Amino acid sequence: MSIEVFAPGLLTTVQDRGRTGWRHLGVGCAGSLDEHAHVLANLLVGNPPDVATLEITLSGPRIRFERAARIALCGGDIDARCDGTTLPSARPILLPAGATLVLGACRRGARAYLAVGGGIDAPIVLGSRSTDLRGGFGGIEGRAVHAGDRIPLGDCHVVDVDAPRIASWWIDDVHDAPSGGAIRVLPGGDDTNPPDGLFARTWRVASASDRQGLRLDGDVLQPADARERVSSPVAPGTIQLPSDGQPIVLLADAQTHGGYPRVGHVIRVDLPRLAQLRPGDALRFAPCTPTQAQAAWRSHRHSVARLALMIEQRLRPNS
Amino acid sequence: MDWRIGRLGDAALLLELDAGIDAPANARVHALAQAIATRRPAWTIDVVPAYSSLAVFVDVDAFPDSDDPLADAQQQLQASLRDTDAGEPAASARRIEVPVRYGGEQGPDLQRVADHAGLSAEDVIARHAATEYTVAMLGFAPGFPYLLGLDPRLATPRLATPRTRVPAGSVAIGGAQTGLYPRPGPGGWNLIGRTDMVMFDPMRDPPTLLAPGDRVRFVPVADA
Repeated sequence: MSIEVFAPGLLTTVQDRGRTGWRHLGVGCAGSLDEHAHVLANLLVGNPPDVATLEITLSGPRIRFERAARIALCGGDIDARCDGTTLPSARPILLPAGATLVLGACRRGARAYLAVGGGIDAPIVLGSRSTDLRGGFGGIEGRAVHAGDRIPLGDCHVVDVDAPRIASWWIDDVHDAPSGGAIRVLPGGDDTNPPDGLFARTWRVASASDRQGLRLDGDVLQPADARERVSSPVAPGTIQLPSDGQPIVLLADAQTHGGYPRVGHVIRVDLPRLAQLRPGDALRFAPCTPTQAQAAWRSHRHSVARLALMIEQRLRPNS
Repeated sequence: MDWRIGRLGDAALLLELDAGIDAPANARVHALAQAIATRRPAWTIDVVPAYSSLAVFVDVDAFPDSDDPLADAQQQLQASLRDTDAGEPAASARRIEVPVRYGGEQGPDLQRVADHAGLSAEDVIARHAATEYTVAMLGFAPGFPYLLGLDPRLATPRLATPRTRVPAGSVAIGGAQTGLYPRPGPGGWNLIGRTDMVMFDPMRDPPTLLAPGDRVRFVPVADA
């Protein structure tokens, strides 16, 4: 069973929750930028949360399903059609064998996740099916999906239907966010000049942003100490401040070490929110403490667990 | 020189020595990485060395009742720090020989390095191959080793315009550092030779030829 790709979309990659345990060899994590949406899409089709999905960037692919399939779309609100039927996000949908799914633009957000029952069956490389675009491995031959690709799917038996069948219920797949909507940041070890410079201004997402980093535009911000640093480890969420004064928030595909001043770290709960920002979008940062970060993480885990339970009950036959 | 313990966000600790690029500090980094690897606490996800710092990535969900899991992880790390402070010797480092074809098409910048050093090309090769290097860290790209021990005489500024494509296996000098490009890609270091050894293969276990702390010697070989 596979998906045939007619048109690839802007940047469509196979992603799961990424690679861990290889950073000491220079191998980054890759994985879904909006892990929350990735997990929910999987749960909606009855998959375990760490099965691979397709990450779609801004504009989606045109694909054909060989056999009947259960699918779900989460994250960026994407225009989706199948044989004349408009398909909503955030709910399970059954597609008939031979159906063509046409994914258009994200109306809101920047990344949508397409989960398919059984999961995307790309080979496991270094413990993950995720595409490492910089390293050129994982996913489909280490690259974005091309027209003509056949994307393998895991086994999942679905009874065929005549036309797309859309569940009557849906879930709320938006992210938890603090009031005001700021992105929460832990201290980075390097100070800025002025000291509150990161938090005092509104930043805009630059168009050069990619899976390696969210590049920001705004009034130039200088580090308090501009001396060159010896390379040391960085993590997804690290906010680097290069000499041009425009911060870069490192994302899942970032390299493992960096030498720029680091002026903060975005907390893990807020990384999926960064994934949904589009070029030109405004954002603000707000300082936070380790205990606040941990409380936000725990509350996020609880809300995912509640959703998982609810979805499981709904998916149960005859319920 | 004491460890300064900080954080890399909400899921990693960062231990730093107040040092630049120097061998004794890097040896302490590898000894500490070794001590942590020996104890292997269940909550460690990855231990990532650099020149004079070390990140410990933590599974915070292993501390379900904690309001500050990194504080708990840090407390448990103190034991590993005591081990290394007690001078527990690190496990003996692996020694790896890397055959290199120096100069010619394989090392188009060999003469540039020689001119900059005021040496002959043969002297550059002899000096580059005479040193036993230490893999200070792997970074920049999967399997890219940053090597300590370059003869200071061979230090050469990076190219003004980086190449858009450096072949895999290229042995290079960038400033006071030397290293190897594991896969083709852009790069601004001076290329002095090339090896056929595969530095990174994601299908291999382990995927990289070199690991942090390894000792490396380059062996000049004739063009095949």
